Amino acid sequence: MKPSTVFMSYTRNDLTNFVILMGLGFAVVPFVVQTDYWYSSILIPWLCLSLAAVGQQIVMGYAGQLALGAAGFMAAGAFALFNLELRLPFMPFPFNLMISGLIAAFFGIIFGLPSLRVRGIYLMVATLAAQFFIIWMIDKFGWFKNYDTSGIITAQDIVIFGREFTSPFEMYLVVLVTVTVLTVLAINMTRGSTGRNWMAVRDMDIAAESMGISLLRTKLQAFAISAFFCGVAGALFAFTYLKSMEPVAFDIKLSFRILFMVILGGLGTINGAFIGAAFILLFPVVLNTLGNGVFHGMIDATIISSIELVVFGVLIIVFMIYEPLGMAKLWDSIKAKLAPQSTLEQAQEKQQRL
Amino acid sequence: MNIEQNTDVVVPARNFPVGGSILEVKNISLSFGGVNAITDTSFKVLEHEIRAIIGPNGAGKSSLLNCINGIYRPQEGTISFRGKPLGRISPNIVAQIGISRTFQNLALFKRMSVLDNILVGRKLHMSSSFLSVAVQLPSAMREERKNREKCEEIIQFLEIAHIRDTPVGKLPYGLQKKVELGRALATEAEMLLLDEPMAGMNVEEKRDMCRFILKVNDELGTTMVLIEHDMGVVMDISDNVVVLDYGKIIGDGPPDEVRANQEVIDAYLGVAHD
Repeated sequence: MKPSTVFMSYTRNDLTNFVILMGLGFAVVPFVVQTDYWYSSILIPWLCLSLAAVGQQIVMGYAGQLALGAAGFMAAGAFALFNLELRLPFMPFPFNLMISGLIAAFFGIIFGLPSLRVRGIYLMVATLAAQFFIIWMIDKFGWFKNYDTSGIITAQDIVIFGREFTSPFEMYLVVLVTVTVLTVLAINMTRGSTGRNWMAVRDMDIAAESMGISLLRTKLQAFAISAFFCGVAGALFAFTYLKSMEPVAFDIKLSFRILFMVILGGLGTINGAFIGAAFILLFPVVLNTLGNGVFHGMIDATIISSIELVVFGVLIIVFMIYEPLGMAKLWDSIKAKLAPQSTLEQAQEKQQRL
Repeated sequence: MNIEQNTDVVVPARNFPVGGSILEVKNISLSFGGVNAITDTSFKVLEHEIRAIIGPNGAGKSSLLNCINGIYRPQEGTISFRGKPLGRISPNIVAQIGISRTFQNLALFKRMSVLDNILVGRKLHMSSSFLSVAVQLPSAMREERKNREKCEEIIQFLEIAHIRDTPVGKLPYGLQKKVELGRALATEAEMLLLDEPMAGMNVEEKRDMCRFILKVNDELGTTMVLIEHDMGVVMDISDNVVVLDYGKIIGDGPPDEVRANQEVIDAYLGVAHD
């Protein structure tokens, strides 16, 4: 299949797939998964990074703007929440979480401005500024870290309406609810007029403009919403996974990981963000377990982490060449092959071939 | 199927008779560096008419449309729509004023389905904010449903129902041209600029296209400005013809008059320059 074969046909599936996924998260996981390790080391970071990947997906997969600063916006969200909780402790946590997303969105708009002038790889370089500026700003001005010199700032406990959410399972619930709500909003946007405007700008900006779409508004809107998602994801990431506030956790490496999640998962689908995040996160775990379990530590840990990088590199090249729409598309093709084809579909396919 | 009847017989009584001037292009000049694409060109488009712009390759026809549409900004001269000068405004504002268009080399959203492409054309009729779309407010849902119905009508009208869910990138050229027309129609603009809507089509497809253009013009009164190379088509469907050559107007008037114009004949057939 050529790269131009596409997307919209299965963004419709996004909602169904997502509902199934979250149904599992709410109804099955709590009964099946009993160990804290799974919650705090796998499920929580997976959900947080998936949310960030959804943000990246919006700006890159839907609006077609190559941006590389997701971790910067995550840092903005994380430190915004830290400061809000510190300075406005009387405000409810969900409210502060939302405000920190909005603060990240503000940065998104500022660093999205270059998209009005440059595109492609040049835009990517321009958006790197977000990555470096935000981290620099947090490091430079002590106020953001509450003048803490120890270098280790513990994140506050999550308290929602008087109830503390401190155990890994409780935190998992907080993250799961947030991610579910925001992702449903994202899916609605991508299926509605908002998403169509983004995709129109992505596919052919001059035509989009001639249909009455303002490029300025649409691009900045995508950047803002993307940064909002990244900001909330970053805040959750810091408060439930890292449990501490450290700018180094949000370095350029994290931005690249989120970029890879979106590319491997599949550009232009919300599912892709979740699949990509799961893959990037779980693959090293699987590799390590293999290394320890099967080869009983015969393989050096450094070699294993090198293998990880090699495999990622190769996979990205392979996907770029053979399946630019990523694992989400792969999954759909497999499903389509397995499912008995209806006669209508067969007829349509036949007609298309003619 | 009685296609012939629709194209060859001129409709005697029009629902929307040709009226006064709606678009006025006044002394515009456009150059790229040292190349003059359009030189001191003026003409008027009348309300509800079908106006053809013809001329040899490189005569500046597409540049002219791009100027009207706001993609190019002429260095000199003014373009006014309904008496208001367009000035230096961008294409999205021109669209809001009521001018929509298609492109010469197809500018469709390749990775979106036919329906979605046409839905983008409804952009100006959909004002829900991203928030109301995100939380699916009833007003946003209603708006979406209403506009989808409108698009389904257009799809029916253009007879492309069988491909409504196909990504346009996968469609053959002729169908893509139809989809692009559909997208322009969806805007319900007062005036459509069609840049070679029939290029690369076979006779049958051209007839279909003519039928659609005439029907839209007759039923909705949409003013059409179209660039076309097929003289048969031009003579058949247009009310007035503008002939461009080397960025200058060498003929302007009803098809028969233009056909008899010596300068136009020279431009097309070539003439020995001294």
